[in-house]
Amino acid sequence: MIEVIETGPFNTVQDLGRPGYRKIGVTASGAMDPLGLKLGNLLVGNAPGAAAIEVQTFPFRLRFTGAVVFTVAGADCGAGLDGHPLLALCTYVADKGQVLDLGQPRTGARAYVCVAGGVDVEPVMGSRSTSLRGAFGGNDGRYLRVGDTLSLCAATDGHRARAGISVVDPAFALSDHLPVSDDGSLLIRALPAGEHDLFGNDADRFWTETWKISSKSDRTGYRLSGEPIRPTTPVEMRSHGVVPGVVQVPPGGEPIVQMSDANTAGGYPKIAGVIDADLWRLGQARIGSRLRFVRATHREALDVERAMARFLEDVRVTSAMVTRALNIMA
Amino acid sequence: MNASLAMPTSSPAALQLTRVGARVSAIGARAFLLEALGEFDLASQRRIWALSRAVEAWEDLSEIVPGMTNLLVIFKDIPEDPEPVVTRIMEAWEGAQSIDLDGKTIEIDVCYGGEHATDLAALCDRSGLSDREVVRIHYEATYRVFAVGSAPGFGYLHGLDPRIYMPRKTVPSINMARGCVTIGGMQTGVAVLTGPNGWNSIGFAELQMFDPSSPTPAIMAPGDTVRFVPVRVEL
Repeated sequence: MIEVIETGPFNTVQDLGRPGYRKIGVTASGAMDPLGLKLGNLLVGNAPGAAAIEVQTFPFRLRFTGAVVFTVAGADCGAGLDGHPLLALCTYVADKGQVLDLGQPRTGARAYVCVAGGVDVEPVMGSRSTSLRGAFGGNDGRYLRVGDTLSLCAATDGHRARAGISVVDPAFALSDHLPVSDDGSLLIRALPAGEHDLFGNDADRFWTETWKISSKSDRTGYRLSGEPIRPTTPVEMRSHGVVPGVVQVPPGGEPIVQMSDANTAGGYPKIAGVIDADLWRLGQARIGSRLRFVRATHREALDVERAMARFLEDVRVTSAMVTRALNIMA
Repeated sequence: MNASLAMPTSSPAALQLTRVGARVSAIGARAFLLEALGEFDLASQRRIWALSRAVEAWEDLSEIVPGMTNLLVIFKDIPEDPEPVVTRIMEAWEGAQSIDLDGKTIEIDVCYGGEHATDLAALCDRSGLSDREVVRIHYEATYRVFAVGSAPGFGYLHGLDPRIYMPRKTVPSINMARGCVTIGGMQTGVAVLTGPNGWNSIGFAELQMFDPSSPTPAIMAPGDTVRFVPVRVEL
């Protein structure tokens, strides 16, 4: 088991979410950095979508009540085990009673504590993710609190996780596929969406402007601040389904990007849709940081998606192989 | 047929296909929205229901989200080429016959007026009707669930009498209670979550619309018929 001994207000249990229920109004939820979650899980021998603790307010501390293999993925938050510094994206064995602490991230916004077996909360509608809006799933449908205890699932059969399995930071591993700006702004690739052309000249400005992620941003969506953009004539939309990554422009003119806890329906004109492969990078962007949207093509979206899939498959195969070899030698 | 298909070339343009009666556009690389361009009425929605049924059989489909005279189609994987996918959705629409879903009938006991009817007075002002008339017009109508969405189990109900249309509030109520019977534009519905809400409340219903532990978590489904039964009127 895991016992939460220090936490901020917004930390939850998340897996890859519960898609499939948007048609009854249920948000998919799931990790804001799904790539980080998958990497962490693969290292400890889990299925990529096992449930983990998503930490987005720091410091965070937990105590392991039994020996377990774990790793900290996502944001590099200077994790320590009983005060000894740990490498990010590297597996360790915690002994009974040891305390894992996560400090303010040096880079990124969200860290994932992945443990062999995964966090065991009751699945609701096929997922262990916390649905904050619906107040169900995860740990009682709410944020973690000091004193909460979380059970762990039995580790995957035949696969004994090991300490010392590590992977290159995806920012380096995938660097050929990640755009970098010269001014430190995050570059997020998107495709134009249904009402893009109704914004006239403001549509061009949407792509060139540097937007700031406002403090009114959370797992539901990021509100961007900057010079407002508006359609040339007011648009009256009927309510329709939306997905994470949709960039909507409410009457005020400052765009909102829907994130993991995205509303299932919306009616604001949508100017763009962030490609899936960049949602994890957005999920790691901090409040107050700056970004620009890069107009991508469908082909680019497909290529980067495939590159990410290859990387994950490589990590899965290699980490399983190394773990097996270490187990044989032990 | 007036067809135009703009595809990304060197400078990518918005992918969009418009034909008579409908438009398909993309949200990202694997979600596509078909919008019926006609009236906001039952006839259009019946075709959306028919389209939903056809699309649900596609093997490469992840999920669909029926909306108000529109349908979002989400694929499992990013398609190799979006153009045939957009055309496939449009052709499914063109082939969709109007169907009427065999919905159940749900009767919802409502207490009209009272502490939860925070917007009844404003609705009277706007419509020029008395509170008694507004309430009577609301419960005498028969509604159809057009779509479920926005919040877990929330049914968008069509069939509101135009005399009591009321636009959404520009400043939402901060903390409207779950169960409030509300009007938003030309639609009505029962709030399923306590929280900020831009619709106008005229009463309150006890019925729980959503149970995540049930095999069918949402009580309402598209095509269902809904009647409001005035068990109490507090004016």
